[in-house]
Amino acid sequence: MNLFYDTLFNGLAIGSVLVLAALGLAVVFGLMGVINMAHGELMMLGAYTTFVVQNVFKAVLPESVFPIYILVAIPFAFLVSGLAGLLLEKTVVRRLYGRPLETLLATWGVSLILQQFVRSVSSAFAIGLLLAVAIGLFLPRLLVRVQLAPRWAGLKGTISWISAGLVGIGVASLLGEERSLDQPWFSARNLDVTAPSWLRGSIELGGVTMPTARLFIIALTILALWGVTWFLQKSVWGIRIRAVTQNRSMSDCLGIPTETVDALTFLIGSGLAGVAGVAVTLLGSVGPNLGGNYIVDCFMVVVLGGVGKLLGTVLAALGIGVISYVVGSGSLLLIWPAMPAGLNELITFFATTSMAKVLVFALIVLFLQVRPAGLFPPKGRMVEA
Amino acid sequence: MTALKPLLELRDVSVSFDGFWALKELNLSLRPGELRAVIGPNGAGKTTFLDVITGKLKPQRGDVFFRGSSLLGKSENQIARLGIGRKFQTPRVYQNLSPRRNLELAISGQSTPLQLLFGGLDGAARDRVQHLLAVVGLEEQAHRLAGGLSHGQKQWLEIAMLVAQDPDLLLVDEPVAGLSDAETERTADLLKRLAGEHTVLVIEHDMEFIRNLQAPVTVLHEGHVLCEGPMEQVQNDPRVIEVYLGSDADLETMEDH
Amino acid sequence: MNSFPWLKAWRRWLPWLVLVVAALVLPIVLPPFRLNLLGRFLSLGIVALGIDLIWGYTGLLSLGQGIFFALGGYALGMHLQLGSLAPGQLPEFFGLYGVKSLPGFWQPFTSPLFTFFAIWIVPALVAGLLGYLVFRNRIKGVYFSILTQAALLVFFNFFNGQQKLINGTNGLKTDTAKVFGDLVGSDLVQKELFWLTVVLVVAAWWLCRWLTKGRFGDVLVAIRDDEPRLRFTGYNTTSYKTLVFAVAGALAGISGALYTVQSGIVSPQFMAVPFSIEMVIWVAVGGRGTLIGAVLGAVLINFAKSLVSEQLPETWLFIQGGLFLLVVTALPDGLLGWWWRREVKP
Repeated sequence: MNLFYDTLFNGLAIGSVLVLAALGLAVVFGLMGVINMAHGELMMLGAYTTFVVQNVFKAVLPESVFPIYILVAIPFAFLVSGLAGLLLEKTVVRRLYGRPLETLLATWGVSLILQQFVRSVSSAFAIGLLLAVAIGLFLPRLLVRVQLAPRWAGLKGTISWISAGLVGIGVASLLGEERSLDQPWFSARNLDVTAPSWLRGSIELGGVTMPTARLFIIALTILALWGVTWFLQKSVWGIRIRAVTQNRSMSDCLGIPTETVDALTFLIGSGLAGVAGVAVTLLGSVGPNLGGNYIVDCFMVVVLGGVGKLLGTVLAALGIGVISYVVGSGSLLLIWPAMPAGLNELITFFATTSMAKVLVFALIVLFLQVRPAGLFPPKGRMVEA
Repeated sequence: MTALKPLLELRDVSVSFDGFWALKELNLSLRPGELRAVIGPNGAGKTTFLDVITGKLKPQRGDVFFRGSSLLGKSENQIARLGIGRKFQTPRVYQNLSPRRNLELAISGQSTPLQLLFGGLDGAARDRVQHLLAVVGLEEQAHRLAGGLSHGQKQWLEIAMLVAQDPDLLLVDEPVAGLSDAETERTADLLKRLAGEHTVLVIEHDMEFIRNLQAPVTVLHEGHVLCEGPMEQVQNDPRVIEVYLGSDADLETMEDH
Repeated sequence: MNSFPWLKAWRRWLPWLVLVVAALVLPIVLPPFRLNLLGRFLSLGIVALGIDLIWGYTGLLSLGQGIFFALGGYALGMHLQLGSLAPGQLPEFFGLYGVKSLPGFWQPFTSPLFTFFAIWIVPALVAGLLGYLVFRNRIKGVYFSILTQAALLVFFNFFNGQQKLINGTNGLKTDTAKVFGDLVGSDLVQKELFWLTVVLVVAAWWLCRWLTKGRFGDVLVAIRDDEPRLRFTGYNTTSYKTLVFAVAGALAGISGALYTVQSGIVSPQFMAVPFSIEMVIWVAVGGRGTLIGAVLGAVLINFAKSLVSEQLPETWLFIQGGLFLLVVTALPDGLLGWWWRREVKP
C-alpha cells in the first residue's frame, strides 16, 4: 500500500507542477483564445527573478531572513513576468486578435528573443535595448507625415523599428567598451538557485517520504488555483473578463473597457507563468532553455482539459502527471510483479521519463478520438459558427 | 399532391444545449416540389432546425427522414450528396476564390480528390457556371476574389452556388437580408421558379418577402411548430400575434409591410 | 505602371531569375563547401514546398514537419549504413550497445529499391495516419498545430532514447558510406547530389503547382476559407486534408533524405521543436501561397543564418525572432507577396 501512496504522491507532485505551469496558459487561451508560445519563456523570467531575489537576499540582507526569500520571490516573479506579458500584449498580440495561427508564430518569435535576451543581457545591452524600444515606440509618431509609395507604406513601422534597433545596437556597443557595463548579467550556462533549508528536507507521513519542496509546490498550486478561481468568480474585474469572453461586442456596448480587460487577462496569465517559474527553480537548474522543457506538456494539458473550465486543466494535468510517473518510473512492475512476460517487456520499454511521454501522447490522441474537444468542451450555439 | 410521400420529414425532433431545449418535439414534413416559408421570433430554433437536417447537430430525440430514409448518423457531406443544399444566414462564400471558381466548386458532381485532380469540368457545366454568373450579375467580377464583393453580391453568389449545386431540397436561411428591394423581389421570383422542380424551404424575417412567395407558412416558437397555413391565416392567428408581441422589433417588421 | 509593361514583367520574373542563377551559375563559381551549403538549403526548399501546400493553401499549420523530414533522412541513413558492409557485419555503433543481430526493421533497408520507396512512403503513411486521426475529429486550427508539435516531441524522444535500435542521440553518419565506389562525402558525389537536388526541387515544385492550379487547389483554398461550408456542399474535407498532409509528409521525407546525405549525418536534432517552426518561417518570409516563395524563403533564410552564425552568432535568435514578428505584422504575404503586390491607385 505504501508503494501505492508513494506513486500517487509523486504523480500528484509532477502533476501539480504541470497545473501551475499550464494554469496561466489555460487562462489566456480559454478566455482570449490566444496561444502564447512565449509562456515557457515567461516562466523562465520568473525563474531568473527568483535567482536575482536570492542573490539580493544573500548580498544585502542578514542571513536570518534568507529562508523566506522564496516567498518574496513569488510576488516579484508575478510582477516581472506579468509586465513582460503586458508589454507583449500591447505591442504584438493586440494586433493579431482573431488570427490564432499568426499569434502562435509571433509569440514564438518573442520566445526566441527572450531566450537570447537572458543569454546576452548586460548593462550596456539593457540600456541599448531600452533606448531602442523607446525610439521604436516614439519614431512612428514623428513619421506620421512622411508619405511613402504604397508598396513601402505598410513597412513604415518595420523600418522605424529596424532603425531604432540599429541605434540601440550602436549605443550598446559604444557602452560595451566600458568593461563593467559589458559584463553579462547571467552566464549563458545554467544557474542554480539554492533552495532554503526548510525546502530541502522531507516529511514522513504514513510511510511515504514527501520532500518539502514538492509539498511547497503543491501548496503553491492550490493557492494559485484558489486565487484565480476567486478572482474570476468574485472580483469585479474577473466578472468583466468573463463577460468579454462570452460576448465581446455586447460587453463593449455596456461600457466594459474591453482593451483593458484583454491586457489584464494577459497580465494575469503571464504573471502565473512567473509564479510557476519560482516553483521550477526548486526542481532543477535555471537556464535559457527552461521554457522549452515545459511548453509542449503545458499545451497537452490545455488540449486535453478543454477550454471550458479550469477544472479540466487541473484534471488533465494531474492525470498526465500520475500516468507519466507511473509509466516512467516503472512502478507498475513493482505493484504487479507477476506480470505476464510480454507485457512486462512492454512496460520496461516505456519506463523512462521520455518514453513515458511517448505513451502519454498516444493515450491523449486516443482520448481525443472519443472526446475531440477535451474533458470539458464548450457547448451551445457559440461553438463554431 | 397529398398522396405523395413527403420528401423530408422531422419526427419529434428535440435538441438540447445544456438543458435548454432549442427544439422540442418538432414535427414537420415537406412534400416534393413544395415551397415553404418558416418564420419565428429570435431564438425560436430556426437555425438549429436547419443544423439538424444538414447533419451539423445530432438531435437527442426524434428522427429526420429524407425520401423515407433516416439522416441520423450521416455526415454533412453525405447529406449534401443525397441532395440537400443549404444557404447560410450570413453569406458564406470562399473569399480567396473568384466567383467563377466558387460556382465551379458548387456545381461539381465530382467530389473526391482523385476526380478533381484527373477530371475536368465538362462543357455543360462550364455553360451553367457562365449562365449563373449572368443571372446573378457577376460576370464582370467573375475573376476577382469573392472576398472583395459587396454584401449583396455575396448573398447572390451564395444563392447561385446553391442553385449550381442542384439539390432536390434547398434550405435557404435569410436570403434577402441586406438586399435592396429590387433584389429582394428578384430573389422571390427565383425561389418561386425553383419550386416545383425542387423543394424549397425558406427562413426569413422579411414579411413582405414571405407574402411575395405566396407559400404556406410554418411558425416556429420555442422549438416547436406553433401553427401552419397560408400567410393571411397565420398572420391573424392570435397565438402568433401573442408570440410576436413579445418582441417589438419583429412586430415592427410585421407592421411595416 | 501600365505604361511600362516590361517593368511589370520584370517584377514578375525577377524571383525566378534569382533561383535559376542560383541553380545554374553558382555551381560553377562557388567552392565545394559553399556549393554543398546551397545544395542543403535547396533541399530544405522541398520541405518548405510541402508546408506551403498545407499551410499556405489549406490553412493547416503543422509544427511537426520535422518528423517526416527525419523519417526520410533515417530511411536513407539506415540504407547507407548497411550498404557498405560485408555480409553478416553490423553497423559499428551496434557494437557499443552490445547488439549482436540486426533489428528486424533494419532488414529491408539493405535493398536500395525498398529504401527509395521508404524515403517518401513511410513519412507519407505516418503523416496520413496522424492527419486522419486528427482531422476526422474536426480538430483544427491551433489544436492541430499543438498536436503536431507534441507528436514531434514524441518522435524526438523515441529516436533520442533508443540507442540500441537507432543509435539514439548520435544519429547515423552517412558521409563515410560509398555509392558506386565513391565516398558520399567526396566532392564529386556532393556535386552530383547538388544536381539531383535541383532536379527534385523542380519536380516537387511542379507537383505542388499541379495540385494547386486546378479545382483540387480550389478545394484546398476553400478549406482554408470556410471548411464547414465546403462540407455542406458535399465535399469530404477530411480526405482532402489527410491527402494533402500526406503529400507534404512525403515531400518532407525526400527533403530530409537529400539534406542528410549533403550534411553527412541524420540525428534526432532533425526533430528538434525549434527546427520545425523555423521551417514555417521560411515559407512565411518567402510568401505563403506562392510556391516559389517557399523555396526562395528556405534558401535565403538559411543562407542568412549561416552568414550570421559565422559572424555574430549571438544575434541570430534576435534576428529570427524579429523575422517571426515581421512577417505576421508587416509582411503577411511574405517577400514575394510584397514584391508581386498590385499597386493600387488612390
